[in-house]
Amino acid sequence: MKRLMKWIDARFPLTSTWKAHLTEYYAPKNFNFWYFFGSLALLVLVIQIVSGIFLTMSYKPDSALAFNSVEYIMRDVNWGWLIRYIHSTGASMFFVVVYLHMFRGIMYGSYQKPRELIWIFGMLIFLALMAEAFMGYLLPWGQMSYWGAQVIISLFGAIPVIGKGLSTWIRGDFVVSDATLNRFFAFHVIALPLILLGLVVAHVVALHEVGSNNPDGIEIKEHLDPETGIPLDGIPFHPYYTIKDLVGVVVFLMIFSAIVFFAPSFGGHFLESNNFLPANPMKTPPHIEPVWYFTPYYALLRAVPNKLLGVILMGLSVVIYFFVPWLDRGRVKSIRYRGKIYKTALALYVISFLALGYLGTCPPTPIYTMISRFFGVFYFGFFLLMPWYTRIDKTKPVPERVTK
Amino acid sequence: MSKNGVDQGKRRFLLAASSIAGGVAVVATATPFVLSMLPSAKALAAGAPVEVDISKIEPGSYVTVAWRGKPVWVTYRTQAMLDQLPKNDPNLRDPDSNESEQPSSCKNVYRSIKPQYLVHVNICTHLGCAPLLRKQVGDPTLGASWPGGFFCPCHGSRYDMSVRVFKDVPAPLNMVIPPYAYKTDTRVIIGQDKASS
Amino acid sequence: MKKLLFLFLLIPLVAFADEGGVHLDTAPVNLHDMGSLQRGARDFTNYCLSCHSAQNVRYELLRNIGLTNKEIEKNLMFAGGKVGDKMKVAMRPEDAAKWFGIDPPDLGLMARVKSPDWIYTYLRSFYKDDKRPTGWNNTVYPNVAMPHVLWALQGVQELKTETKTIDGEKVTTQKLVLVKPGTMTPVQYDQFVGDLVNYLTYISEPYHNKQIEIGTVVLLFLGILFVLVYMLKKEYWKDIH
Repeated sequence: MKRLMKWIDARFPLTSTWKAHLTEYYAPKNFNFWYFFGSLALLVLVIQIVSGIFLTMSYKPDSALAFNSVEYIMRDVNWGWLIRYIHSTGASMFFVVVYLHMFRGIMYGSYQKPRELIWIFGMLIFLALMAEAFMGYLLPWGQMSYWGAQVIISLFGAIPVIGKGLSTWIRGDFVVSDATLNRFFAFHVIALPLILLGLVVAHVVALHEVGSNNPDGIEIKEHLDPETGIPLDGIPFHPYYTIKDLVGVVVFLMIFSAIVFFAPSFGGHFLESNNFLPANPMKTPPHIEPVWYFTPYYALLRAVPNKLLGVILMGLSVVIYFFVPWLDRGRVKSIRYRGKIYKTALALYVISFLALGYLGTCPPTPIYTMISRFFGVFYFGFFLLMPWYTRIDKTKPVPERVTK
Repeated sequence: MSKNGVDQGKRRFLLAASSIAGGVAVVATATPFVLSMLPSAKALAAGAPVEVDISKIEPGSYVTVAWRGKPVWVTYRTQAMLDQLPKNDPNLRDPDSNESEQPSSCKNVYRSIKPQYLVHVNICTHLGCAPLLRKQVGDPTLGASWPGGFFCPCHGSRYDMSVRVFKDVPAPLNMVIPPYAYKTDTRVIIGQDKASS
Repeated sequence: MKKLLFLFLLIPLVAFADEGGVHLDTAPVNLHDMGSLQRGARDFTNYCLSCHSAQNVRYELLRNIGLTNKEIEKNLMFAGGKVGDKMKVAMRPEDAAKWFGIDPPDLGLMARVKSPDWIYTYLRSFYKDDKRPTGWNNTVYPNVAMPHVLWALQGVQELKTETKTIDGEKVTTQKLVLVKPGTMTPVQYDQFVGDLVNYLTYISEPYHNKQIEIGTVVLLFLGILFVLVYMLKKEYWKDIH
């Protein structure tokens, strides 16, 4: 065994990679609940890739066959229903995990210097994930798949001059059609997964270069053991965090399995009932709503009476996260040492995000639109006023070393 | 970070127990994925037993039907063809069909239930080509000693009229006899052993 | 931070607050009741399958509700064929569109598109309406294109409007009243529709019973695994504090 390792190490950096990223990668010892979601996101990515590969074996990206090929998977393929439910639940759980992971980053200032690039890679992953989810949702070729894609692609038509040509180019037809389905399939099963994987590697490499942040927002590398050069507040990622993450993984899998086996439709939020009807280009369903993870942005889109401005606002609501590292002028990283103003702003942001998410599922009545506008102001206020309120906020002194 | 007072025994036990349980979980999860690659209900339905009417077959000729996507031949052998069969034995690789695939009812010199009617999957056991019927004794292309049988044009494998393989040809086994049964005297069901379902 | 966690827990509650509509009766769905499912299968092939397909459902699925191949072929497959065949309809879609104005929808997934309760209430809510081309209307699905196929069983209902004065206020209620009995009593008809809905629910998710069984085992197993890894984590983290 030892000789084999030596043989490999002379040809491939196996032991050194193992050490650099696991046994001798020192992570702060005070990670809490919120630090589970990074590894969980990786787990969901693997689940999606594996279940996706198996679905691809039986799925047919052809508008005449797609809907029935999904039914074929659900009924005729051995265990097909399980694989499909795993994939559909995985899509939603991916967003649950990623939203919580992003919220952790905001809460503990994980985007601040020197972690701006990690944040930017993370945001790119989020964008790729949204595209991946959106294109994947067309594939079952149900009513919601079809009309959801129709509505979202039409948004590009709002762009002046090139808009109309652009949306036709995206569809490859004048409406969503077989051509659209076929190219979305190509993007969903190969192009975007490749991009996602590349970005995930970049995200992790950048993280391991600068080291992890922690709930105290303290740089553990500033206090090294004078003899060993190891951070005093750091512990080896393996075995301590691998085992701790395993606990998180098992709890996550319990929730995941509970959904897959007992409520795969999740009350119509993970699998919408109208999507069990085959796509019909002649008949719009009475009420189109995106899947829950897109509803906050959709609510903002509908809150604006002008199509172009609505599209811009919706785009901005996602893109604005890229600028957070530079919008935040606070002297501390973690919420633990921030003042009341920041905490209030963050709480308002969370409430507006959730409220917008709910409003995005509601029919567009004037009252709901008014409420959407109200929360939209708070949503954007959190970001746009950040340079101001983080500077005047009364912060608490940050301790030298991490606390429990 | 001191290692003092660590209960190594307990640690090892927990590690082993979690690894085993985790391994079981991984295998259990992998199982449905692996099984999903078996023939689906659609493939099984398409591979359901097929009924053939054999009353119209002329002596010395055959009909072809597809069963599970494979060509199944029903050949009506003449008395002369049947008489020739035992004489082929010394030249055959496996005259008693000990190694080949067939229902037990067909493990005889005729490799069939009723001697006249041969039902076989016409796929060469060498590399899967479709052999041709060369029923003429002493066929000029196959030499004067040819007793009549099947010839595979791909690599020259030869079989007799019971699709038993001759010696010194590439094919290793006799051709496959599928499960079949007589529903009536003139109707054969290919793909199931007994006449009723 | 506790507050934030609490907010996340609130999401499902808010999201599940559904808007109202027509009152729906609860369908007697019991996927373990083989007798009901078999009756439903029989009634489905007798009354529904002449117009509505279940084009992704194979007849052999019914082996799982306790029928043999022979029974399926003899009692349910009127046009012959093999048990591996799908529940297709003889009528051509073009003809259907001509006769009914629309192509009758496939019923394989209908219990997931509409709820079982919806179908259960719908099939019991037809009433006579001479203004409609079919002569029938429905309180759950107003101006539906489908005629009341089961009227001979249920009888004829009419929609009666009653105006009562309660505490000085005029209250108008609409009620379905059976004006001409059919061959079944109302109780029998409710059971008949109940079996049918039970069957439709079954074919919309034929793996449902298996799903629940496997899910229970999976969760129990993960529970054990949780205890193990949690103890493992506790043991290793003794090094840290």
